[in-house]
Amino acid sequence: MSSKFCLTAVASLMAASASAAASGPTDPQIAHIAYTAGNIDIEAAKLALEKSKTKAVRDFASEMVRDHEAVNDKALALVKKLHVTPEQNTTSIELIKQAAATKAKLAKLHGQAFDRAYAVNEVAYHKTVNGALKTTLIPSASNGELKSLLETGLTLFSEHQKHAEHLSASFK
Amino acid sequence: MFLPMSAPSAAASRTYVVVIDKMKFGTVPPSLKAGDAVVWENRDMFRHTATATDGSFDVDLPAGKKGKTVLARTGTFAFSCKYHPGMRGVLRVSK
Repeated sequence: MSSKFCLTAVASLMAASASAAASGPTDPQIAHIAYTAGNIDIEAAKLALEKSKTKAVRDFASEMVRDHEAVNDKALALVKKLHVTPEQNTTSIELIKQAAATKAKLAKLHGQAFDRAYAVNEVAYHKTVNGALKTTLIPSASNGELKSLLETGLTLFSEHQKHAEHLSASFK
Repeated sequence: MFLPMSAPSAAASRTYVVVIDKMKFGTVPPSLKAGDAVVWENRDMFRHTATATDGSFDVDLPAGKKGKTVLARTGTFAFSCKYHPGMRGVLRVSK
């Protein structure tokens, strides 16, 4: 399940990012992609908090909700300050579509099968988003404050990726 | 970044501020003495901790809040944020 999702997510996010990069994604598009990516992880974490009884998984999910909500609150405040309206685009639409499919698959799992699949997905998801931040979103951002927020986001999400890798390894 | 908060005087303990921002601990004061204190000021948007590897201190730092560690003894104390272990530093405390 997860590996299939991961491959699809990586392929489409990278393809969409590459296509956005070719024409240069605008700050409103970048803001929408970053906010959407954060929101997807918050939703996945809320599902984990509903379904999992494992302390390590619940702790990780709580951290995802707390950190991603903090970034998204900051992002919303920034776009308001800059009078920028986040603009939906092919990358964010694709992310939402894939997230719905992943959530539906995760929702059917229980116990350790859920824990394992959630952790594996979190590793792949953060890896994908971090790749997009590094190669496309940060280099393309033109506003300095947006770029700085994305850079802090990348540092944070890299920590999340490592944490998810440890969590995932604990189920092997 | 570290900021001495109290005026220096012979044998007096001092309080230093270590600012946390953008997922990093600021510079740690280089000449800490036993009896000095470190105020951890979390200016970041995220909740962090200043947690000693040896368990000698563990300060919870919600976003925008401060916490204090009094350095009771000499030694070298590695610390990190337990939520974001890539954030780390070392306090070196002498007599």
